[in-house]
Amino acid sequence: MNLKSRHLLGLEGMPREDITLILDTARSFREILDRPIKKVPPLQGKTVANLFFESSTRTRISFELAERRLSADVVSFSNVGSSVSKGETLKDTARNIEAMKIDTVVLRHSSAGAAEFLSRVVKSSVINAGDGAHEHPTQALLDMFTLREKHGTLDGIHVGIVGDISHSRVARSNIHGLKVMGAKVSVCGPATLIPRDVEQMGVMVYHRLEDLVPVVDALNVLRVQLERQKSGLFPSLREYHRYFGVTREKLASAKKPITIMHPGPINRDVELSADLADSEYSVILEQVTNGVAIRMAVLYLLSTSH
Amino acid sequence: MTTVKLVDAQGFRRTINRLAHEIVEKNKGAENLALVGIRTRGDYLARRLAAQIQEIESFAVPVGTLDITLYRDDLRGKIDQPLLQSTNILFDLTGKIIVLVDDVLFTGRTIRSALNALMDIGRPDSIQLLVLIDRGHRELPIKADFVGKNVPTSLLQEVKVRMTECDDEDAVALYSAESREEKK
Repeated sequence: MNLKSRHLLGLEGMPREDITLILDTARSFREILDRPIKKVPPLQGKTVANLFFESSTRTRISFELAERRLSADVVSFSNVGSSVSKGETLKDTARNIEAMKIDTVVLRHSSAGAAEFLSRVVKSSVINAGDGAHEHPTQALLDMFTLREKHGTLDGIHVGIVGDISHSRVARSNIHGLKVMGAKVSVCGPATLIPRDVEQMGVMVYHRLEDLVPVVDALNVLRVQLERQKSGLFPSLREYHRYFGVTREKLASAKKPITIMHPGPINRDVELSADLADSEYSVILEQVTNGVAIRMAVLYLLSTSH
Repeated sequence: MTTVKLVDAQGFRRTINRLAHEIVEKNKGAENLALVGIRTRGDYLARRLAAQIQEIESFAVPVGTLDITLYRDDLRGKIDQPLLQSTNILFDLTGKIIVLVDDVLFTGRTIRSALNALMDIGRPDSIQLLVLIDRGHRELPIKADFVGKNVPTSLLQEVKVRMTECDDEDAVALYSAESREEKK
């Protein structure tokens, strides 16, 4: 059982068997995280570099933990204080990293396509940890894993993605992955934050949360990026919360208990009410744990398959 | 390719029966025992042994399943990876006498991997090894405590254990390829 590609750049075009293999493998790694000794040896002697050109705490720590639990040697660096601030290009940085004989590169970058570019210039395996507004495949995989654990299957379940769809790599990766796995996907948010041609990705568009709630099994609530408000895409956080903030009152029209997901970090009482974030519907902390298992699965499969 | 049946269904049942008796005899009962089977057939063997021990001693011995994929020493070289499956040991290994169960003992590398995997999960008092078939050709200093049947083999031959849980019968067969080339 091998993955088709030696890189993980995005979920667009990834075959269903590959996604299933990653999710199944992650389940085995999930069990390891509950052991007293949370370390296994398959990446012994392999070196992984985490290149984070954009700030991120959760994703970087999650990747680092996953790498260490697989016994890989890990080097991490973010652009602050490194040679990037001295004007080195991405390609030169990558070439240098490669000259140090690194097997796998995990890349977070603010430009869409950065991971794809890197995969063409280096020999190492490349894992996309978020590239601009393009894709964030491991986040979508961990969302799907969490949903599958909760609902038993992804086939036929209906997932609503709420928030800024236009600028969200999490939304894009989730849409691609969920569609391939047979789930129904709807998006909901202010009209200014929904891409005009989003229906072509096979999703339904809702502009009122109250209309979406009765039809879905789960809601993936995206983080409101505060800088979007400054650029005038929505008037105020208070107004955003009033129409698109997920609250207990808005869930009143639900036909069944709805699973609440959030990729973090949460703006409490903006996109999601504090009370719901801590409620029995929330799987937000499970997502964090599952994220380590998913990243272990991806690292393991990429480095042992090729 | 010639095939010799080494053990049939009757013999299989008797061997399991004897091994179960040997385990409780050596350990003077079953109180502190636990069985851990190596996926896939070692797991089925462990379950059958536990059922047999239950008959003899009226005591339910805990059974766990071990997947050693992550501990293999040939992980890098393999072209087609086996699907990683779960290790499923729901009891505390610490302080227990573990009987590690596998179907065929050959180079000893699987057992080496399994020992490392067990040590990462807990600290058993001791580990004993049970195999249904010992076919020789060890590459590591490993010896079984309980052996169903010793089968001297050549490296050209292959030993296959079949069990009704995943195959159509309980049997052990020895396959001999005419030459090494043919086997490949």
